[in-house]
Amino acid sequence: MAKKLLKGNFIYTLFAIIVGFAVGAIAMGVAGYNPLEAYGSLFGVVFDTTKTMSYSFIEYATPYILTGLSVAFSFKTGIFNIGAEGQYVMGSVAAMLVGAFVPAPAVVLIPLCILASVAVGVLWGGLVGYLKVRFGSHEVLCMIMFNWIAYYLSNFLVLADGINVGGGKTWSHSIQDAAKITITDWFPKNAVSSRTHFGIVIAILCVIAIYYIINRTTLGYRLKAVGYNRSAAEYAGINANRCVIVSLAISGALASLAGGLQVMGVTYKVTQFAAQESYGFNGITVALIGATNPIGTLIAGWFFGAMKYAGTRMKLLDGTRVPKEIVDIIMGCIVFFIAISNLFRAFVMNRGKKGGKA
Amino acid sequence: MSESERIKKDAPIAVEMKNIVKMFGSFRANDGVNLTVRKGEIHAILGENGAGKSTLMNILYGLYQPTSGTIAINGKQVKIDGPNKAIELGIGMVHQHFMLVQPFTVTENIILGMEPMKSVGRVNMKAARAKVQEISERYGLNVNPDAKIEDISVGMQQRAEILKVLYRGADILILDEPTSSLTPQEIVELIHIMHNLTKEGKTIIIITHKLKEIKESADKCTIIRQGKYIDTVDVADVSEHDLASMMVGRNVEFVVDKKEHEFGDVALKIEGLYAKDYRNIDVVRGLDLQVRRGEIVGIAGIDGNGQTELVEVLTGLRKATQGKITMNGKDAYNKTPRELFDMGISSIPADRQKHGLVLDYSVEENLLLQNIDNAPYSKHGAINFKAMHEHAVELTQKFDVRPSGCEGNPAGSLSGGNQQKVIIAREVTNDKDLLIAVNPTRGLDVGAIEYVHRYIVDQRNKGKAVLLVSFELDEVMSLSDRIDVIFEGKIVDSIPGSEADENQLGLLMAGGGKTHG
Ligand SMILES: Nc1ncnc2c1ncn2[C@@H]1O[C@H](COP(=O)(O)OP(=O)(O)OP(=O)(O)O)[C@@H](O)[C@H]1O
Ligand SMILES: [Mg+2]
Repeated sequence: MAKKLLKGNFIYTLFAIIVGFAVGAIAMGVAGYNPLEAYGSLFGVVFDTTKTMSYSFIEYATPYILTGLSVAFSFKTGIFNIGAEGQYVMGSVAAMLVGAFVPAPAVVLIPLCILASVAVGVLWGGLVGYLKVRFGSHEVLCMIMFNWIAYYLSNFLVLADGINVGGGKTWSHSIQDAAKITITDWFPKNAVSSRTHFGIVIAILCVIAIYYIINRTTLGYRLKAVGYNRSAAEYAGINANRCVIVSLAISGALASLAGGLQVMGVTYKVTQFAAQESYGFNGITVALIGATNPIGTLIAGWFFGAMKYAGTRMKLLDGTRVPKEIVDIIMGCIVFFIAISNLFRAFVMNRGKKGGKA
Repeated sequence: MSESERIKKDAPIAVEMKNIVKMFGSFRANDGVNLTVRKGEIHAILGENGAGKSTLMNILYGLYQPTSGTIAINGKQVKIDGPNKAIELGIGMVHQHFMLVQPFTVTENIILGMEPMKSVGRVNMKAARAKVQEISERYGLNVNPDAKIEDISVGMQQRAEILKVLYRGADILILDEPTSSLTPQEIVELIHIMHNLTKEGKTIIIITHKLKEIKESADKCTIIRQGKYIDTVDVADVSEHDLASMMVGRNVEFVVDKKEHEFGDVALKIEGLYAKDYRNIDVVRGLDLQVRRGEIVGIAGIDGNGQTELVEVLTGLRKATQGKITMNGKDAYNKTPRELFDMGISSIPADRQKHGLVLDYSVEENLLLQNIDNAPYSKHGAINFKAMHEHAVELTQKFDVRPSGCEGNPAGSLSGGNQQKVIIAREVTNDKDLLIAVNPTRGLDVGAIEYVHRYIVDQRNKGKAVLLVSFELDEVMSLSDRIDVIFEGKIVDSIPGSEADENQLGLLMAGGGKTHG
């Protein structure tokens, strides 16, 4: 039964992806780009060399895998973590502060940075959970506020004396070399992107851990029970309030970790944002494409990372660049069609397969 | 044979289902079922939990497609490929569990999905409301079109569902266990409404487990056992006992075998308890109650006299405002559900789908809702799936949860009665000092009721205390060692179970007895 459902999900996701690409093709056709050439280039760009693959599946994908995992996990426990954006920002700030200013050798500093970003995520997410259970504030509204708080707090800190790099620049000091997790020099010259880092390994470990928690532990059992039917869970003596806090804390940790690893492996510093950066929001997309399943999220994160990377380099045969917004259109369509795939599903079932249960 | 009965006998056939087979995977939920219903008839469908009654009706309503078999409506063979087709054919269904939008009014719920339009995008509420009112009056449904669903009683919600079906022009009404969540008074009203409907030429197919209702309302009864068609009988020609044995395939004992014995110490003691309901009105008002070990105390009362809130307080869902509660001598006043459970209170909740089960969880997961943290079911937070499964196999066999091998299926895929058995299996197996049972046999077939009653009495015989709250007076009278009558939030009288009689209880429940204190 579960297998069947999963298969069902997969088919609808695939369908949505195909439709998304079709709509993207139409958009390009209207704008005067040859879609076949563009898609050929899209595919070519991603799988061109080991270097482009490392861009797609490591550098670009890692943060999306983690924010996607964060949102997927929250979904499983009946909450919608729209706060991943703010948690991501807080995680990157925490990692930057520790990485830039705590003097320590790499063996200490790297775990410390990771710990700092995870801890701040636990707080940032858990606090929303606390406000929800203590004062009944709605978590979605709360998280949207928290996203803005994180955004302005980060901009404030980045420009603050001592943290700002100075010289009228709009970014922070860079982290010390001891805090960097980039591993380009482990590979032959030019084999991988200049910002290939072992955060991807941590992300994959997180996917496995979350899969394990959701499916194999009493913690996951309780969290899911609260997500499916809070009344019954409470009646059975499960502390639903605590579950909400724990779930948001774990979600927060994952999204913040994404931000932390991005600083440690790719950006090395935090820059003043002109607008919210959307790593967290894109996590929602990734979670949806991944059917809110940890393994699915990993694959969806890779897909998303590859699309983002290829979007920046899509070309026609004559060398004309295709605007990267095309990729956003495609991704938007995919999410749209996944969201309405429930309708398709109901439709298909009415055509005679099976229905709900009276 | 009376005139009206003769007319019904010759009436044209409204529904004819022949040789219906429905497979779920390799499981045969319906295995060659026949159903012939004449126009203007009330036709009951009787069968054990999981016999395939709801499945058969879902096929008639187009929710499921039969694997094989034919359906004819008003003499014409049809293929019902969806509820829309069923509605087109004049078939309407009220489901076992209601499907109403809580914050909407009755009228809004009724027109949902087929709003009459004034112009594009503008709903003609006034016309809709008038039509709702008209139907309500015509059949004596007594539904307030402007009331919000969340504010009205279960009985009125049910009538709103019936109204919805009539609004859509149904001539053939399917009612799936319409009475299982109604109070006895509401049931009387419903039967009256059903007669009004058939007088107007409507045809009714009703599923119920209550043999008394079948005798009181139905003309014909079709019996199904384990998916197979057994017989269709004239209700007038058979006794309740006959019906029961036909459906279960064995003789059913209606009396509970319960020996006199000495009661032990007081387990649950409540003194001067006050509690408010959701409107913030005092509904439990100075209630005193005690249950001793080895004793079944039944609470008899008309719905709305505080029994619901009393149970909520005892299970930790609601905070009392004043009073004293002790369990085995320890303070049990306003504790959390977990604390009360650990103090020795387990309960079979009134609302099985809301409080009793996580429908998306499998049966085996549901059976461990309280005990997942205990050995052998988990170790250091990791679940032992083998132990979980074995536990479930043992319980589903012992408590006859069907179909066999359902341990891994989602609880939501079980038939209503089998969902109830899962809860009972879990709570009885918890084996706590006090078992609170609220309408424990709701939706169960007579055979299953017999088992459940035996389990409850077994708990008593083992020296456990049992608090039974039930709308079924028969159940309260046959099980209780002592019956406490609740009226306006207080226990107004306490009668030894052996001395109770229905009339006296009825009088006391209506507030007509002597009042203490
Ligand atoms: N969608 C489904 N998938 C798998 N099995 C199903 C499904 N629906 C029903 N069943 C099985 O078919 C059998 C018949 O179920 P049905 O709901 O028709 O019983 P019922 O006679 O209405 O019982 P009850 O009196 O308890 O409501 C049950 O064993 C049930 O578990
Ligand atoms: Mg049923």
